[in-house]
Amino acid sequence: MGGHDTGSPYASHTPAETEQMLDAVGAATEAGLFDIPEEIRFDGEFDIESRSERAVRQEFGGMLNRNNDLTEFLGRGHYDHYVPSLVDHLSDRQEFLSSYTQYQPEIAQGFLQALFEYQSILVELTGLEVANCSLYDAATALGETATLASRVRATTGDRVLVPEHLHEGKRGVLENYADGANLTIESYPMADGAADVAAIEDLVDEDLLLLYAESPTVRGVVEESLSDLGTIADEHEALFALGSDPVALSVLEEPAAVGADVVIGDAATLGLGTSYGMGLGMFATRKEFLRQVPGRLVGAGEDSTGRRAYTLTLQTREQHIRRERATSNICTNQAWVALRTAIHAAYLGPEGLVDLARTCLTNATELADQLDEITGVAAPVHDRHHFREFLARTDQPAQAIVDELVDEGFAVHAVDEHLLQICVTETNEDSTERLVDAVREVVA
Amino acid sequence: MSDELHYDQARWSDEEGYEPLLSEKNTREVAVDTPLPDDLTRDSLELPELSEPELARHYTRLSQMNYGVESGPFPLGSCTMKYNPKFTEDLAAHPSGAVHPDRPEKALQGTLELLGRTSEYLAEIGGMDAVTLQPPAGAAGEYTGVLVAKAYHEHNGDERSEIIVPDSAHGTNFASAALAGFDVVELPSGDDGRVDIDALEEAISDETALLMLTNPNTLGLFERDIEEISAMVHDAGGLLYYDGANLNALLGRARPGDMGFDIMHYNVHKTFATPHGGGGPGAGPVGVVDELADFLPEPQVREHGGGYELFEPTHSIGKVHGFQGNWLVLVKTCAYIARLGDEGLTDASAKAVLNANYLAEQLEYEIPFGPFHHEFVASAGDQDAADVAKRMLDYGVHPPTTKWPEIVDEALMTEPTEIENKRTLDQLAAAFNAVADESTETIEAAPERTAARRIDQVSAARTPRLSWQALDDESE
Repeated sequence: MGGHDTGSPYASHTPAETEQMLDAVGAATEAGLFDIPEEIRFDGEFDIESRSERAVRQEFGGMLNRNNDLTEFLGRGHYDHYVPSLVDHLSDRQEFLSSYTQYQPEIAQGFLQALFEYQSILVELTGLEVANCSLYDAATALGETATLASRVRATTGDRVLVPEHLHEGKRGVLENYADGANLTIESYPMADGAADVAAIEDLVDEDLLLLYAESPTVRGVVEESLSDLGTIADEHEALFALGSDPVALSVLEEPAAVGADVVIGDAATLGLGTSYGMGLGMFATRKEFLRQVPGRLVGAGEDSTGRRAYTLTLQTREQHIRRERATSNICTNQAWVALRTAIHAAYLGPEGLVDLARTCLTNATELADQLDEITGVAAPVHDRHHFREFLARTDQPAQAIVDELVDEGFAVHAVDEHLLQICVTETNEDSTERLVDAVREVVA
Repeated sequence: MSDELHYDQARWSDEEGYEPLLSEKNTREVAVDTPLPDDLTRDSLELPELSEPELARHYTRLSQMNYGVESGPFPLGSCTMKYNPKFTEDLAAHPSGAVHPDRPEKALQGTLELLGRTSEYLAEIGGMDAVTLQPPAGAAGEYTGVLVAKAYHEHNGDERSEIIVPDSAHGTNFASAALAGFDVVELPSGDDGRVDIDALEEAISDETALLMLTNPNTLGLFERDIEEISAMVHDAGGLLYYDGANLNALLGRARPGDMGFDIMHYNVHKTFATPHGGGGPGAGPVGVVDELADFLPEPQVREHGGGYELFEPTHSIGKVHGFQGNWLVLVKTCAYIARLGDEGLTDASAKAVLNANYLAEQLEYEIPFGPFHHEFVASAGDQDAADVAKRMLDYGVHPPTTKWPEIVDEALMTEPTEIENKRTLDQLAAAFNAVADESTETIEAAPERTAARRIDQVSAARTPRLSWQALDDESE
């Protein structure tokens, strides 16, 4: 590597070049270029030692290796599906990875087209006409849905109804968004793991702004009353939002057909794999709400040769133009993850997606049945259809079981004093027998 | 070697358009058959179906019609488009880091140590006392900081309704303040492009919760009166927020904490060289002074009994991301900081500022404000800045940010970053100057050498077509 051997390895100025450049700008030293009052200049050290690339890789690799080698049966909003190598290699091409937001569309047709295709895949999966090209994650997408609802509603309703069984992170994020928009959040009860329609009917009134349901739920239950919920929201002129993900949507009834006005969720269930909760906020809605959509949208237009070309569009919704009246504050999004999701979806194709979803249904049922045969374990707790995950009731304290399973090399959730939650996909299906044996041993 | 860069972007096209859509290549409709009752499932699913080699070609061609930092110079002002070191990608892909956030802490020590280390590094660099890594982007960091300020004032029984933002600030500042329910008070810039102290005096009141500042500001100018500004805001009971978008100007030279800022966010995809990914993911960690540490989102990481643990700060604002933010980005951040260390970080800023000054020195375009640091705002004068940008594409340069900030006519906000050496900066200057000498006719006809030619964004917005389904509907 040319240049110098001190300072930033990615600033390759030789000392001679630096001198020439300083001369050219009429400065004696680099320090002389900074217009910072003396009192606030920093003359200390960060105490961070510069290291070689090899040393950092070794050190950080060693650090990460302190994570135990576990087989995870964990879900609750963050899922592990196998990501084909094709996705890594194509998405890591620098033209994608090291590019910026497509504010100069003529030089960014490739990424724009990939995002347009991502939007189109979501349109197919949801049946809704408009999908944006990403929000941060499922939780922030729910928050954005609440603020969208408050903007599009003609009436003054301020109640947001969410499931009693809702991921804590989603609930927490929603509370912050709701607080800023003066909305109130209430939970509706679940009956045997699914929305209690009768109870919801009693709860709603003309103040209803948004009714939110999930399928599958955070407990893996396939919701059976989506049409009823859509009707309830409709009758109260409220929005109905559905949380799901692209794998589940490959087989579940089309959200638009059950009255969903907005579909959100973690689209990174395709394309990212387990990554400590990093996600991709999916967001699709009806055309009538187009001007209220948060985040970036890619549209097709024409260039001066008359050829079809793509561009970011309807940017007057966004913060860099509309500032405090923007539909959202989002700027940097998860575009590269959306690219990965699109590649993964295209790799699987319709048949591969349906197969994967079918695996999520059958694996959960089979594993629950196997665990149910263990004395002291009952699964699934809810007498419902399950997707990827389910609850198991244990006679012994769930947390103690979880701790002992870690020592056996497995991770599962403890969601309550005597409730375990277990998630199975194609990535850990080969280990289910070993898990069942371990659970049997631990509870014996 | 000639002065200028020469460039032709790959172009895959036919008479109708460029690379066909996935859906135009091949789609298939399959029946959906599952163990679920029929009324819970869709009947069929229709999506593209292509072989792996076909997909590899599809996305390779798309990538060839896209421009990244390794394609050529990328002096996009305010965006700090640095080279993204390859080894950080390898570390982010380390299989031991691919873990679920709900693992028990004892099985997650490596991840927690890396997060703890990242927070410590960032705190030190910013002169802050505690850092949350949860916000997934700069704007999310702003929003988090605003929520922290709100919670702090409320905790003190002091409800405040306003946030002051300079007119030259990033649009996200305004939007983040509004998202948290605050009224935005816009602060006009002074004639010298900096905060106008009299205007600030006017704007500050007992309703002021926060003043948000970018320093150096979007003109690249250091707010020399920062200590006075800090005193004014604090005397009125408000807090001071540092927008970290321009932190690449200051590494090792000055720290927001030492200037009186109480809260700051770091744009790690700018300052710490994590890739922009075509728009994201980034990460927007937020640092705060001691007094505000108890308000940070939960969970936070801390050392405990020879290891690391997660905890909920006493007055936590709760969550700003469903889990703990953009893990992959944080790994790259931490690795970059460790690679550079004190010496490298300080050098990065020194070279970023030197590069901006060296490039500016050679430009024919006027630069009305200075002394600037890592970026400057030139004026395209009689030329339309948007046309200048399009023409620069033909020289193989990603153009500057245009027409913003509005205080400069036909603004060309230019930030070469430290990665360019003298040779490249000379070529870059030649490209700017070549465009400066060109006729209106020429620049209005640009670009010519990119995959697509000038795109009509107005009509694309007038008739939104946002999916291949919409295109199909139209052609039917």
